[in-house]
Amino acid sequence: MSQEQDHQDHKEIDAVTGTATTGHDWDGIRELNTPLPRWWLWTFYACIVWAVGYWVVYPAWPLLTNSTQGLTAWHARSAVVADLEELKVQRGPMMAKLSSASVAEIVADPQLADFARAVGRPAFGDNCAPCHGAGGGGGKGYPNLNDDDWLWGGKLDAIEQTIRHGARSGDKDDHEGNMPAFGRDGILKAKEISAVADHVRSLSGLATEKGEDLALGKKVFADNCALCHGPEGKGNRELGAPNLTDKIWLYGSDKATIMQGVQNGRGGVMPAWQGRLSEPTIKALTVYVYSFGGGEK
Amino acid sequence: MSFWQRHAIFEKNSIVLIIGILVVIAIGGLVEIVPLFYLKNTIEKVDGVRPYSPLELAGRNIYVREGCYLCHSQMIRPLRDEVERYGHYSLAVESMYDRPFQWGSKRTGPDLARVGGKYSDSWHRDHLRDPRSVVPGSVMPNYSFLENTDLDYQHIAADLKVQALLGVPYSPAMIENATKDVVTQATVDSADAADLAKRYPKVLARDFDGNPDRISEADALIAYLQLLGTQVDFKLYDDKANIR
Amino acid sequence: MANAPAPQKTMTLGEGGLALTMGGLALLTIVIAAKAYTSEYAFHAYLFSAASIAAVFAIINRYYSRPAEKPPLFIDGKPNYNMGPVKFSTVAAMIWGIAGFTVGLIIALQLAFPALNLDLPWTSFGRMRPLHTSAVIFAFGGNVLIATSFYVVQRTSRARLAGDLAPWFVVLGYNFFILIAGTGYLLGITQGKEYAEPEWYSDLWLTIVWVTYLLVFLATLWRRTEPHIYVANWFYLAFIVTIAVLHLGNNAAVPVSIFSPKSYIVWSGVQDAMVQWWYGHNAVGFFLTAGFLAIMYYFIPKRADRPVYSYRLSIIHFWSLIFLYIWAGPHHLHYTALPDWAQTLGMTFSIMLWMPSWGGMINGIMTLSGAWDKLRTDPVLRMMVVSVAFYGMSTFEGPMMSVKIVNSLSHYTDWTIGHVHSGALGWVGYISFGAIYCLVPWLWNKPLYSLKLVNWHFWLSTIGIVFYITAMWVSGILQGLMWRAYTDLGFLEYSFVETVEAMHPFYIIRALGGLLFLSGALLMAWNLWKTVNTAESAAPAGLALAPAE
Ligand code: HEC
Ligand code: HEC
Ligand code: HEC
Ligand code: HEM
Ligand code: HEM
Ligand SMILES: [Ca+2]
Ligand SMILES: [Ca+2]
Ligand SMILES: [Cu+2]
Repeated sequence: MSQEQDHQDHKEIDAVTGTATTGHDWDGIRELNTPLPRWWLWTFYACIVWAVGYWVVYPAWPLLTNSTQGLTAWHARSAVVADLEELKVQRGPMMAKLSSASVAEIVADPQLADFARAVGRPAFGDNCAPCHGAGGGGGKGYPNLNDDDWLWGGKLDAIEQTIRHGARSGDKDDHEGNMPAFGRDGILKAKEISAVADHVRSLSGLATEKGEDLALGKKVFADNCALCHGPEGKGNRELGAPNLTDKIWLYGSDKATIMQGVQNGRGGVMPAWQGRLSEPTIKALTVYVYSFGGGEK
Repeated sequence: MSFWQRHAIFEKNSIVLIIGILVVIAIGGLVEIVPLFYLKNTIEKVDGVRPYSPLELAGRNIYVREGCYLCHSQMIRPLRDEVERYGHYSLAVESMYDRPFQWGSKRTGPDLARVGGKYSDSWHRDHLRDPRSVVPGSVMPNYSFLENTDLDYQHIAADLKVQALLGVPYSPAMIENATKDVVTQATVDSADAADLAKRYPKVLARDFDGNPDRISEADALIAYLQLLGTQVDFKLYDDKANIR
Repeated sequence: MANAPAPQKTMTLGEGGLALTMGGLALLTIVIAAKAYTSEYAFHAYLFSAASIAAVFAIINRYYSRPAEKPPLFIDGKPNYNMGPVKFSTVAAMIWGIAGFTVGLIIALQLAFPALNLDLPWTSFGRMRPLHTSAVIFAFGGNVLIATSFYVVQRTSRARLAGDLAPWFVVLGYNFFILIAGTGYLLGITQGKEYAEPEWYSDLWLTIVWVTYLLVFLATLWRRTEPHIYVANWFYLAFIVTIAVLHLGNNAAVPVSIFSPKSYIVWSGVQDAMVQWWYGHNAVGFFLTAGFLAIMYYFIPKRADRPVYSYRLSIIHFWSLIFLYIWAGPHHLHYTALPDWAQTLGMTFSIMLWMPSWGGMINGIMTLSGAWDKLRTDPVLRMMVVSVAFYGMSTFEGPMMSVKIVNSLSHYTDWTIGHVHSGALGWVGYISFGAIYCLVPWLWNKPLYSLKLVNWHFWLSTIGIVFYITAMWVSGILQGLMWRAYTDLGFLEYSFVETVEAMHPFYIIRALGGLLFLSGALLMAWNLWKTVNTAESAAPAGLALAPAE
């Protein structure tokens, strides 16, 4: 192209930098023919050399049946196994003790109990707090673990059992037994449900609705509820049936909530943690929960 | 001709320039992607992973639709804190039926790869309805509308059919029974539950959203969440296998 | 014009063909709307029919009002540039930009105050976030790219834009794609792949638009009266071609039915992850980098009135950049179930990518040698130069985050978000603002209304960016460290939700930064509005969208 030749022959020199241009002009834009900055080029080379070195050392290039493994054959999956081993060392002899001791022995050894609580705290935060609250304070349908009111028992063994296998979790050793859906299944009529709800409120000294047939409530209770909650409504830990005479409510004490429970039944699910959490973690959690203050001797 | 003048061929001919660009950009992609299809160790040989049941698939589609992956990863990395917090690191085989994959790139909320079985259905319902009612510090949006929306599953068989076309092992029986299987899985003590479990081993069949009278979007989503990470039995898994 | 007898007016093949095709599309989409599986999809089908019918009317209308002969390629020896589509895209970019920044601000506030999700499906974070990313990248960034590429390719080729209806099809079709994609997210139509959320039918539409875009661009290059193709056009071409390849590869999907918005991707699991980040990283590399480097290569030398620093650097950094970029995708998948070898490649190629990226920075900044004083007086140029500095910063940070040890901390955290926005607000945002501040006065042939306002814009948004990225660095690193923190006894120190709570103050600072950035953009819009409307000029008022023939 002759025009091209033209450009090549008439390279201008940029007055400011003293560098030659390429001779082209696009809409007034020209280009300097500055050589590549040396530092730039050498840094680029250094990066390439580093990359090649890395390929020599680590798995890098795919071949026909596997990739190159590199001198180290380093793999993230083996590295994490080693890392976890290291953690075991860091956790030291206390961890070994925690693994072998029973929960009772752990509680008996103040140093080990402290250690167990340290293990339990973060595990509780990630696994239990979503239901039982950050401090174990509970919420609607999720029991408070700080008080001494226990659905399934507050002794160490009972707590451990609940944590391991859960309640209505589907685990083969879980706590079972739902409260029936008296209304939905047609066992009780609306009037009876309303009456028994007031009766339940009266058990803990709460106000009852004016004009409600408390006698009917009492009878319905004796016929249907006493089986689980006991004739006086004091509950039954074998069945996880709560004590209805105290001021502690799992779902709530207002009449509507109670009626809803009688209508549709109750049966909160506590997951089983055995298998999901490690053995020492489960023991540590037991001790941690036990030490909230409600633990029974 | 100097080295620099040789470049003129690209500057003078747009087709040469395009071909140059195409060649240069093809290499990296081919080398990184193609071997993932023929290297046998890309997907581990591990038992237990089955295709999603129709209800779980519908739930997964809701997960995708709501953009849960923008806050939640489903990929536990082989790093000690993650393995300790979330459980065994994720395997490639665990997402082999995931279209699209949902590994995520941001953890505003925790990893969900192994959330299945961690909580009860009713916790999920409470949590989806109003996360702050159970976790006060949460920043997750409320998804109360899910339990108030009927699941649209009338075309779910077509979804299975397309996936079968793409190589997911959905049998003709699975496709044929797809809509029925949605109902079976979302029903308490359904007579067809055994049938369903034959097609989808270890499937959880029950009312997930706390309302047995209706199959809602929450039913499907919770069924999906409860399945996550439960398929491979890590008690039997050999950590020394599948190092690649 | 006045003395020549008017030749017979005939409809061109393009006009007739497009009108017929659009008519056909209208019919097809009406049928689809009637049988659609979901009402959301029906809504989209109706949008398609409405738009196609409008297109048919527009084509016929235009036919009746246009002169009989084609617009001349040259008038008095000067190219007769076609700037109508450029004007349209420039205005669209400004509008989408403000919308995208606003949604960014909303989602930033949602993370600080979750009640702002409003309990509605359409406004929840998971649906708004893709709206934000698509609005800023594809709607704002895409329109800036289309506008500037159509401008630059004409000026540097000294040729009129190829095609008659085609350039309009590109800008209108592209913006229609944005409309479908954006409304789709809010209605829950998404493919669930980051930066590739639109479903199969939007993807198909975009494919048609994009191929037309490539053809218009190429055909204009073919018309060029300059022997050489200018470096900006190499970058534009690499951007257009590669995005086409990436789009097709990552969106290979089979729809459940033509009546369903839902599709399933042909890749699955680990392979899908690799294809996705092959796409995702190169959406960064070719959309947010190559395309915007092209803008830099035209607007900085033009505004500074200085030659490009080094032609040789242009060559080396162009080819090494596009070659190396493609390999870097696996740095998004470090420590995942992707095999280690692929991660190694992703990491090492990211490191090698550092200098090719900085080649662009050097060429941009050093173009100012001999004109540094202009930075004091010209806030537009200053914006563009600071943009290149941010480019340098994020392309240093990126390779650093690609190193596996660093990534094991940064991945999944706000650090990534900080990195994204130093690239997005600093680099993409500022180079776009600079280019638009140049373009509007040039296109409308009026002086910029107020340089002082530009200065305000510059400072407001710079403070905004600093707030944004420092807050995210702190929160990201804090989050990463808290997740992996161990007590002396060797147990995890924090539960997850404690780390969520720790982010709160930083989310508020970030939102404040976003507010400042948005305020700057509003000032800009006002400034441009005044530029177009109040300058003494005979041109009709209003953002005229008519072709400037
Ligand atoms: C999905 C929610 C959920 C999670 C997670 C959960 N729990 Fe529970 N937990 C419950 C429910 C519900 C009950 C009550 C069961 C019932 O109603 O009988 C319960 C009961 C208990 C009890 C028995 C309380 C009593 O009064 O007898 C203990 C102890 C307990 N949980 C400890 C834990 C620990 C420790 C963890 C974590 C490893 C944990 N829980 C995780 C829901 C949960
Ligand atoms: C088969 C056993 C069973 C029977 C019969 C039964 N309950 Fe229950 N009830 C339970 C169990 C178990 C729970 C606790 C469920 C849980 O933990 O989620 C419970 C919970 C309750 C609660 C909620 C307590 C709280 O703290 O919120 C009330 C109120 C109640 N029952 C009332 C009744 C009444 C009234 C009847 C009879 C009409 C009745 N129950 C019959 C087993 C029974
Ligand atoms: C704005 C971000 C955000 C979005 C969107 C989001 N989440 Fe979350 N999610 C969180 C946060 C933060 C937590 C941790 C606090 C908590 O438990 O609520 C969480 C916790 C969870 C948990 C409990 C995980 C565990 O192991 O404790 C589940 C399950 C969950 N989300 C499911 C979902 C589903 C399903 C969706 C979509 C429908 C979703 N999330 C959307 C932020 C989000
Ligand atoms: C007012 C200005 C902006 C604000 C307030 C803002 C805010 C946000 C927020 C809150 C997120 C979600 C972060 C998370 O999930 O934790 C986000 C994501 C994102 N934004 Fe912005 N943004 C702004 C401007 C931009 C611009 C101009 C661009 C691009 C040109 C951009 C590109 C992105 C991208 C790509 C993501 C996704 C990042 C990822 O997934 O890693 N943003 N933005
Ligand atoms: C040499 C150049 C660059 C390299 C090597 C690089 C590297 C990285 C890395 C390592 C990540 C984090 C991945 C993760 O942990 O999930 C990342 C994320 C990201 N980068 Fe860059 N970066 C570069 C330049 C840029 C530029 C210039 C921009 C923007 C304009 C950008 C935009 C993004 C975006 C949007 C993400 C988030 C992707 C997601 O959604 O997860 N990057 N980059
Ligand atoms: Ca992301
Ligand atoms: Ca239901
Ligand atoms: Cu990347």
